[in-house]
Formats: sequence, structure tokens, C-alpha cells
Amino acid sequence: MDLALQLLFTGIGIGAVYALVALGFVLIFRATNVVNFAQGEFSMVAAYLMVVAVEAGLPYWAAFIVALLGMALLGVVFNLGVYYPLRHRTYLPVIIATIGASILLANSVLAIYGPQPQVLEGWFETPGIQVGPVYLDSQYLLIICVTICLVIFNFWFFEKTLLGKKLQATSQDKEMASLLGISVSTMIMITFIYSAVLGGLAGILVAPVLFVSIQMGSTIALKAFAATIIGGFGDVAGAIIGGLALGVIETFGAAYVSVPYKDGFAFLVLIAFLIFRPQGIFGERVAEKA
Amino acid sequence: MSAPSDNMPIPAPAIRSKPLVVRHLPYFIGAAILVWLAATMRFDGYVHNILLQATTFSIAVFGLSVVLGLCGQINLAQAAFFGLGAYAVGMGTTDLQLSFWLCLVGGCAISLLAGAFLGMSTLRLGGHYLAMVTISFQQIVTLVMINAIWLTRGPDGVPNIKRPELFQTSQSYLAFCVAMLAIVGYLVWHLADTKLGRAMRAVRDNELAAGVNGIDVFRTKIYAFALCALLGGLAGGLFAGGFAYVSPDQFSFAESIVFLTMSLLGGVASPIGSAIGTGLLILIPEWLRFLKSVPGLYLAIYGLFVILIIRFMPDGIWGFVADAFTRWRAKIKATPAAAALQLKPATIGGDTVLEVTGLSKHFGGLKAVDGVDIAVKRGGVHALIGPNGSGKTTTLNVLSGLYVATSGRIVLDGTDISHMPPHQRTASGLGRTFQNIRLFRSMTALENVEIGAERPGNTMVGKGDDALTERAMEALTFVGLGSRANELISSFSYGHQRLIEIARALASNPTLLLLDEPAAGLNSTEKLELHELLKRIAAQGLTILIIDHDMTLVSEAAQHITVLNFGRRIADGESMAVLRHPDVVSAYLGSE
Repeated sequence: MDLALQLLFTGIGIGAVYALVALGFVLIFRATNVVNFAQGEFSMVAAYLMVVAVEAGLPYWAAFIVALLGMALLGVVFNLGVYYPLRHRTYLPVIIATIGASILLANSVLAIYGPQPQVLEGWFETPGIQVGPVYLDSQYLLIICVTICLVIFNFWFFEKTLLGKKLQATSQDKEMASLLGISVSTMIMITFIYSAVLGGLAGILVAPVLFVSIQMGSTIALKAFAATIIGGFGDVAGAIIGGLALGVIETFGAAYVSVPYKDGFAFLVLIAFLIFRPQGIFGERVAEKA
Repeated sequence: MSAPSDNMPIPAPAIRSKPLVVRHLPYFIGAAILVWLAATMRFDGYVHNILLQATTFSIAVFGLSVVLGLCGQINLAQAAFFGLGAYAVGMGTTDLQLSFWLCLVGGCAISLLAGAFLGMSTLRLGGHYLAMVTISFQQIVTLVMINAIWLTRGPDGVPNIKRPELFQTSQSYLAFCVAMLAIVGYLVWHLADTKLGRAMRAVRDNELAAGVNGIDVFRTKIYAFALCALLGGLAGGLFAGGFAYVSPDQFSFAESIVFLTMSLLGGVASPIGSAIGTGLLILIPEWLRFLKSVPGLYLAIYGLFVILIIRFMPDGIWGFVADAFTRWRAKIKATPAAAALQLKPATIGGDTVLEVTGLSKHFGGLKAVDGVDIAVKRGGVHALIGPNGSGKTTTLNVLSGLYVATSGRIVLDGTDISHMPPHQRTASGLGRTFQNIRLFRSMTALENVEIGAERPGNTMVGKGDDALTERAMEALTFVGLGSRANELISSFSYGHQRLIEIARALASNPTLLLLDEPAAGLNSTEKLELHELLKRIAAQGLTILIIDHDMTLVSEAAQHITVLNFGRRIADGESMAVLRHPDVVSAYLGSE
């Protein structure tokens, strides 16, 4: 029972990371109808930026800001270089281009930084606290708190601010939005920046728990995507619930079934969902209009 | 549009094409020369290895040209299927001491089954899902290869893989692989012009239109996907025999991306492009070996290549060449004269062709169609009218199976089609056009109409491709576009595209033709011509159910009118009486 509680805590912590990246997926998908397969690389690049900044001697908080600014810049470059030129084409070329971008990002970092995994210190000096039978790792606590704050922020931003409403309008009907004087290209740019920063934040938060490696991006991205499908594709709440669920399933699977196949559980769950409930937990089936 | 002389029976016999074997003879001669060269030329070991790699990889990339090029579906796990085939031969010929041939066939079968299973789980959903599921599958296969040491020997890989008795020397084995490449290349090249290939292209261009033209979209996608996996497995098996050693890193996700890049670079739509792309991407890294000394650098360049190709050269290298060639050929290709189109709508049921009872379609709380009855009499024009938002198009979409009815019964010519998917309704004799034109945009007018003519159960088409072409030509000539049959859809005006859509439906010899606002967007001359066309269709006894806003067209063309408002039927009967009906007048003009 104690072990189960401990695993539940760890699972929610890692699931929160998937949820953050999944949120980035969903935001870009809603704005552009495109799945960004390089979303995970945003996390990876941010973690490396953080490592570089900390090694350069910056204080942790300054390194954090530098890394997130770097991610905002990457969001701009990504939009202009990968999405924007293809915006009038069908989804297939865009998917392929984002896959190309993901390969480019991962291997550029590999070429520059080499294959050795890096270690990033956690934010806090104290490694964690013992609460009853459960040991609460401080980094996991931080991840969970940040995720909760971001979910609240997201809700406030999209529902209560004018900019958030403009973004929503753009994602629902681009033509109508532009007729109402909303600059669609600006809104899409903001979405990419926000999504890159969100992905970066997830990467920086999870870096002290995992190793900082080239593969971390694709691993996180695949699970985050699985999370969006499990939750219901394109649904914000679904992405978060799906991410948390996946983190828990995976942690329990690794503890009770098999460690080497830990990364396989997400995919098995994903395929099971696709067969039995493709619309996910929250999603509705949508049909193309004739 | 008006070319009445086109419609006259012309005595000149239609041009018969030469038998396939004769037309394709140059290909086989070329292939035989290549095999002979591979069998006799002296290569050093290095060149031999490169050739062997290029040959086997090309076969795997052919798979992508089927699934991505022909059918428009993505597969990011081709290296995994390649690996399944390779490990089947690897483990089969060493651990199990089985015959090479048995292992090769077994590997193909495993890949095929895996591909079919993945396809069945995902292909009903959109392309994003497929991309992600294939990546997931790729990861699972890699995990198993590395971790299931008892089965696969783990990261060390499988050495000492056997070759078949017949091709023990590396020279003869290479010749064998080249021969396989030539055969597979021929099949893939020819596939585009078969019934299945046309169905795949139709699905790629427009899934909805493919469905209502009698194509089982889901099954077609699964065939494409399974075929791609099969070719991956075959290529992997040949690869394993050739290099006698396999290890998990040869079949990683990165390799799947390499396959994808090869396919995109050469031109995803054709096997020649695939072979060019594969050759280039095997040779270029060999020339630029120094890139491999920095880990990641050459894959980073691949990634950049993918973005640039997609942006600037969407059809690949071969796409450029082929495009110019097609345009040139389309101009010189003579369009064979066509006989007059015969429409012989089936008459199995009684006087009523279509009997709709209590049809409802609810979207959540919205009752778009609410308990509508329609009875369409045989051999006439029946119009379905109503103000905007009255549920006309929804009714049509429920009739053709694009929406599932909430309740109600639809009987077409004696057959209950209420629960059939779109392609089966088409097979039962339903033809339709769309309000916003849905043609297969990468194909010629003729090819579009051929897909219509290919409807399962079309009794007006004989056996073979020539009969199909003939039927399609007749239908195009009937609408007055016979002389432009070999032009691409994009070169036709809006009004002509409408006519091609009607021709596509007519070629299938439907029992009932559904026309969804055919006059929308046409100018007044085109409308007159459309009216003439409807008369000529009706004169052949084909029943038409038409939706339109143009009251002149409706009142002149239709003998019977059903009026909908707010999803309910408010009037039904003989045209003039219905148009004077007070409820109808108030629905359109508002009551006093």
C-alpha cells in the first residue's frame, strides 16, 4: 500500500510533465489543425539551454529565464521556417515538415553537444520531505505545483482576456476572425511561442528527474501525444487528465511488470484506446461535413 | 458544354490498346539487362555492398510510394517492418535452421499481418493518429529487438545469416535482388492503373467522394498499408540474406526517417522516383563520409532536407520530370471517339425507386431532419426544396450514407440500404454529386469518370480496362466534354467541373441520381445547358432527385416536389400544386 502511494505520487509527477507537453500539442493543433511532431524537441532543447546556461555560471533563476527566452525565439523561428510557408497545404506535408524539424533539432544538438547525457541540478537544495509513508521528492512537488498553476493560468488566459479570446476565435474560424480584424498570422505566431515556452518549461522541470539527453524529446513527445488521444484529441482538460493517467500507468507498469518495457506501456494503452475508444475520454466523434 | 455532335454515334471503331505485355516490353528488356550486368560485372566488395543496400532499400521505399504516394497515408515505421522481415530470415536461418525461402515468406507474412493490424486499428481515424501509431509501433519493435535477448539476442544482433542454396555467391545474390527489385518495381508501377490503384488515388484525393463512388475507403487504406508493410518485410529479408548480419540499430526510428526522406526526395508518387531517391541518399553519405564522423550531423542534414523538399519540391525529383512528361503526353494523346451513353437503370423494385420513411437526423438537440417521408417515383425528376437550413443537404447526406440516420428507413429499388456504408449504397445503385464539387484533383477528367464507371455492380461495363475507358468516354461525351478527356481537373472551369461530377455519377449507371444544388454558381447560359442535360438524362429513364434553390429550374425540370422546412416535410405533390401551397409560400416569403 505504501509502495502504491509512493508510485502514485511519482506517476502524477511524471504525468504532469506529459500533461504540459500535451497542452502544447493541443494549443498548436487547435490554432493550426496541425500536430507538431517537434513539440518534444522543444522540451529537449530547453533542457540543454538550461544546462549550458547553468554551466556558464548564471544563477539558476537567470538560467531559467534565459532558457525560456531562447524557447520563445525558437517558437518564432519554427513558425516562420516550418509552419508558415506550408500553411495553405494539406496536413500531410506539414506533418512531414515538423517530423523533419524534429530530426533536425535533435541531431543538431547531438552534433553540437555530443551523445553523453547531461545532469541538471534540481531547483531546491532539500531533496524532498517525508510525509507519513510517502517520500515527496521536491522536484516532483515543484512539477505538480507548476502544472496546477499553469492550468489555472490557461483557463484565465483563454476565457478572461481579450488576447485569449482572439486566439480562440482564430482557432475556431480563421476566415471569420480575419474579417473581424484579428491578425491571424500574429495569433498563430503567439500560439507557437506560447507552445514552445510551455514545452520548454516541461523540459526544464523534468530535466533534474531524468537525464538530459537527445532522446528525451521524442520520448516525452510520444507519450504526450498518447496522452492527448487518451484524453480526447484537441481537448485541453483531456490532455491534462490523459497525461496524468499515462504517468501513473507507466510508473505502476514499470514497478509491477517490467522496467525495460516501461516505454512500451504508453503505446499499448494508446493502441487499446484507438481500437476501443478512439475519441478518447472526453472527445466527441467529429465527421467531415459533406 | 454544348456539343451535340459529340453525342452522335460515330461508326469509327474505338482505338484498342496493345496488350500490356507488348507495351511494357522495353521495361522487361531493361530489367533483364540490369540483372545480367549485376550477375556478370566484377565489383569490389565495397561497391557490391552499396549496390546491395540500394537494391534492398529501394524495395522498402517502393512500399512507401504505395502508401504515401498512391494512397496519401503516412507510415513512419517502415524500418520496423523492414526489421521484422530481416529478423525472420536472421533468426529463422540460424537459430531454427529453416530454409531461406520459408523464412523470407514467413517474414513477409509477419510484416503483412502487423501492417494490417495497425491499419485496422487506426486507419478509420485521421492521418495524425496514423503518424503517431506508426511511431509507437516502431518504438515497440525496437524495444523488443533490444530487450528480448532470449529471442533476438539483443543489441549484439544475429550473425551468420544464411543465403539460399541457389545464390550462395554474393554476385549471384545481388543479381537475384536486382531481379526482385525489377519485379516489385513493375508491380508497383503498374498498380496505379489497376482498379485498386485507382481506388487508392481516389482515397488520397478525396475520401468522401471516393466513398460515394463505390470505393470502400477503409479497406483500400488497409490494403495500401499492408502492401507497404509487406514490401518492407520482403526488403528486410533480402537485406538480411545479403549482409549476413542484423542488429537492432539498423531498424530504428532514424532509419524509418531515412526511408521517408528517400521517398520524398525521389518523388513519392512513383517507383522510379523512389529508386532515384534511395540511390542518391545511399551515395551522398558515402561521398560525404566525413559528415559521419560527427554523430548526428548527417541526420540533422536529413531533417533539413525533409523540410526543404516539402517546401520547395513537393513532388520530388522525379515529380518534376514526370509532370512535364504528362503534360506533353496529354496533349498528343488522341481521345478515342465514343458511342452514345446508354443509361439502363436497374428496375427491380416497383413503381417507387426510393422510399424514405420516418427519416430523422439529430445533432445533439438540433433536429436537422425530423421524421421525413419521401417517395420518389420511377423515371422522373423529383425535387427536394426548402429555405436555407431546412435540412435538404442533411437529408441527402443521410441518404448517401455520409451521416448515420438517427432513425428511419431508406429503401432503394426494393433494397433496404438504411444501415449500409456509403460505398455499399453506391453499389446498390445510388449516384450523387456534391454542392461543393468533390473531384479527384490530381487525376484527369477521364480517370475521374473511370472511377465512377468502376462501381461494383455496374452492368453497363464489360471486362477489362478498355471497356472501362470506353464507358467513361461515353459519359464525358454525353455531358459534352469528350474532347478534353485527358486534361487535369484544374484546367476546367467551375461549370465544367460540375459536369464532370455528373458524368462520373452517370458512368456508374445508377438507379437513382442525387444532385446536390447542381445549378449553384452557374451563370444563366450554363443553367440552361444544365436543364437540357437533365432532360436528356431523364429521357433515358434515369430517376433524379434534385436539390436546388433555383425555382425556375426546379419548376420546369421537376414533376414532383417535396418541401422541407425546419427539418419537417411541409408539402409534397405535383410541382405546380406544391408551389402554390400556402405553407410553401409562407415558408419562402413569410406569412402575412
